[in-house]
Amino acid sequence: MDKQSLLSIRGLRIEGRSGDAWHEIVKGVDLSLNKGEVLGLIGESGAGKSTIGLAAMGFARDGCRISGGSINFDGIDLRAVPEAERRALRGKRIAYVAQSAAASFNPAHKLIDQYCEGPVVHGVMPREKAEADAVELYRRMRLPNSEEIGFRYPHQVSGGQLQRAMTAMAMSCRPDLIIFDEPTTALDVTTQIEVLAAIRDIVRQFGTAAIYITHDLAVVAQMADRIKVLLRGDEVEEADTRSMLAAPREEYTRSLWAVRSFARAEQPPATGTPVVSVRGVTAGYGAVDVLKDVSFDVHARRTVAVVGESGSGKSTTARVITGLLVPWKGEVLFNGKALPPSFKARSRAELRQCQMIYQMADTALNPKLRLRELIGRPAEMYLGLKGKALDARIRDLLALIELEPDKYIDRLPEELSGGQKQRIGIARALAAEPQLIICDEVTSALDQIVQEGILKLLDRLQSELNLAYMFITHDLATVKAIADEVVVMQQGVVVERGPKTELFGRPHESYTDLLLSSVPEMDPDWLTRLLASRGEHA
Amino acid sequence: MQMLLALIIGLVLFFIMGLASRAVMRTLAPSHLMPTFRDMPLTASFGIAVILIYLVVSLLAPVLAPFGESEVVGGQYLPWASPYHLGTDKLGRDMLTRLVYGARNTVGIAFATTALAFGVGTILGIWAALVGGWLDQTLSRMVDALMSIPALIFSLLLLTIFGTSVLSLILVIAAVDATRVYRLARSVAQGIVVMDYIEAARLRGEGMWRLIWREILPNAMAPLVAEFGLRFCFVFLAISALSFLGLGIKPPTADWGSMVRENATLITFGDVTPLLPAGAIALLTVAVNFVVDWQLHRASGLKE
Repeated sequence: MDKQSLLSIRGLRIEGRSGDAWHEIVKGVDLSLNKGEVLGLIGESGAGKSTIGLAAMGFARDGCRISGGSINFDGIDLRAVPEAERRALRGKRIAYVAQSAAASFNPAHKLIDQYCEGPVVHGVMPREKAEADAVELYRRMRLPNSEEIGFRYPHQVSGGQLQRAMTAMAMSCRPDLIIFDEPTTALDVTTQIEVLAAIRDIVRQFGTAAIYITHDLAVVAQMADRIKVLLRGDEVEEADTRSMLAAPREEYTRSLWAVRSFARAEQPPATGTPVVSVRGVTAGYGAVDVLKDVSFDVHARRTVAVVGESGSGKSTTARVITGLLVPWKGEVLFNGKALPPSFKARSRAELRQCQMIYQMADTALNPKLRLRELIGRPAEMYLGLKGKALDARIRDLLALIELEPDKYIDRLPEELSGGQKQRIGIARALAAEPQLIICDEVTSALDQIVQEGILKLLDRLQSELNLAYMFITHDLATVKAIADEVVVMQQGVVVERGPKTELFGRPHESYTDLLLSSVPEMDPDWLTRLLASRGEHA
Repeated sequence: MQMLLALIIGLVLFFIMGLASRAVMRTLAPSHLMPTFRDMPLTASFGIAVILIYLVVSLLAPVLAPFGESEVVGGQYLPWASPYHLGTDKLGRDMLTRLVYGARNTVGIAFATTALAFGVGTILGIWAALVGGWLDQTLSRMVDALMSIPALIFSLLLLTIFGTSVLSLILVIAAVDATRVYRLARSVAQGIVVMDYIEAARLRGEGMWRLIWREILPNAMAPLVAEFGLRFCFVFLAISALSFLGLGIKPPTADWGSMVRENATLITFGDVTPLLPAGAIALLTVAVNFVVDWQLHRASGLKE
């Protein structure tokens, strides 16, 4: 491989504006990339990964400015040349693949029209040739019906296919460098594999250099030759993928690695009446049945993880238990007693027993209410606390979720970080003193270190407060960490259920197997091995 | 030349009033509201100052006005000279006195009307969005039916049925305006009721009132506040239009809208007196909208 340097960034400083003040978000980062090399950028949100990725194209987002350092792309100083010259490079020699392909494609134009735009505008090839080229690249990205898929609109293809179409589009001018900004974060594990494999292949085939931005270590381990770890706009360390995985030097990197190692202590099998028992529930919207004869139990002090791809009916099950959706058949028992099917018919005491924590803390907390009221309201309502007693209870709850009461009690949700908001969601559920908490993908919008904090908190609260959890997730790493029992769902049917150790240990139902094997592992050879074993790729 | 001078004096007054009222509010504001007032734009503080002056004038009208509201004090259309500082109208009543009393009547009625329209329209609109189904259909179709009748004709009809007291005037205009507010509130609330925090509140077993008042309304404030500023100005127009048709505020009660109309002939002679009540309306609407814009800016999260 040619070891000639392609991109070299020295002492890059980028400032962002908040209010009237500028503050540094990237603090002097060096980065160098050789031709045909893949560099992984990894870090928590706010580490400046995406900002650096965009700066590699000489671009700064609105409200940001590049304030220092040099960006040298193949002998061109991107900071010195005029904007017109930078624009001539973008799309042609440097391409960008965004996190959400669905949001980045123009919904009003066909895929192939958007594909052809770059080559035609940059004068690389005429329209007819670009169309033929598109079909060829779609085929190489292993898109089904590569001949005709380009003539569809973005909403007519699935998320994983769209992400591949976008990668093909980035390839259209055969650029020297592609920047991938979390291309698989929004996808299911099973879809993620296909996209990862396709991206890796095409980058190798064309010898394109790439910067791969992600917060998922296991993913970056499959893709990158080298990894650079970032923390709050500063470099922590950089090394070869294999040597970094084997022996991270810095404390922070080790903590990133350790996230996946959290696992709660093994619990003995539960006995007695389950807190919640779902019995033969069939339910749906309109004429479509989403759930078919679903049954499982949740015991006190136990966590049941409900796992499946999107569309498998996980969240619908939660809606049936909470009473938002009235099932067509079957019932939900609470401590052995049947609950009224609709939440409107349930008493306050029954409502109190079952609380929910939502995936998106942003939409689950009323943005105009202060934490005092957000957390205090359930306590006031269900437990009749008032005045001093209520205030003391709110402070207890804040302390319980590890937020300093005096500092936070009068804040608005927008003044908190993502992880803190999710903690408030937990506190609100706890304020009702329930027996069951349904956690709907509570960690999937958070990055890994924050995720681990939330999982540990939930685990501690469970043993302190005798809670039962129903944990809805598509992330099997979370399941491994926190679950006692696992319920695997596919297309509204419970495919398999049982204790975690049993399910993860023995050979299982082919769907469970597919899900389990799709979880990326911290081994750079994992993807290659997996693809070989599935026979999808030589 | 005179025009230029007037413009300069106006601008100077604007800055002086704005700066002075901001300084006063900064000194008087309680410490927890301090950030709100610290970053207040000049336009907003000017607006607040104007509104306060209008309020004081309308409350203290009997004290401030040199003569009685409908007292005939001299000849018709007297020029601006002491003791009639702004001259007299076509019946020989003192113009300044009429202006001062007009503030009380016009502003009072306009404010009561807009507030009532917003109270009713907002609550019904949010309620319809929250409950949905047949209630939403019934209310919305009724509002559609009301909105399909031209507003002026509809208010004329209602006023002929219920008579033309001040109370029925307020109620009728409020009823007509409430339909527009209902539409707005409903569409804004429909975007909010699907949020997870509303679902969480419903599952908690919250009552309808609490859902409307604490969970939805604070999030719907921005567009409603903007609409309030607009509606408030339209109510002046509605009242003066009705007064013109003889169904609004009855003479001899002073009302800015009717004052413009009654003395309109003077304009032909190059006298600006009839424009004074019009100017008073204009100044107030500008002031209200300055304050509304400021609130809108804050409510929409475009902070500072």
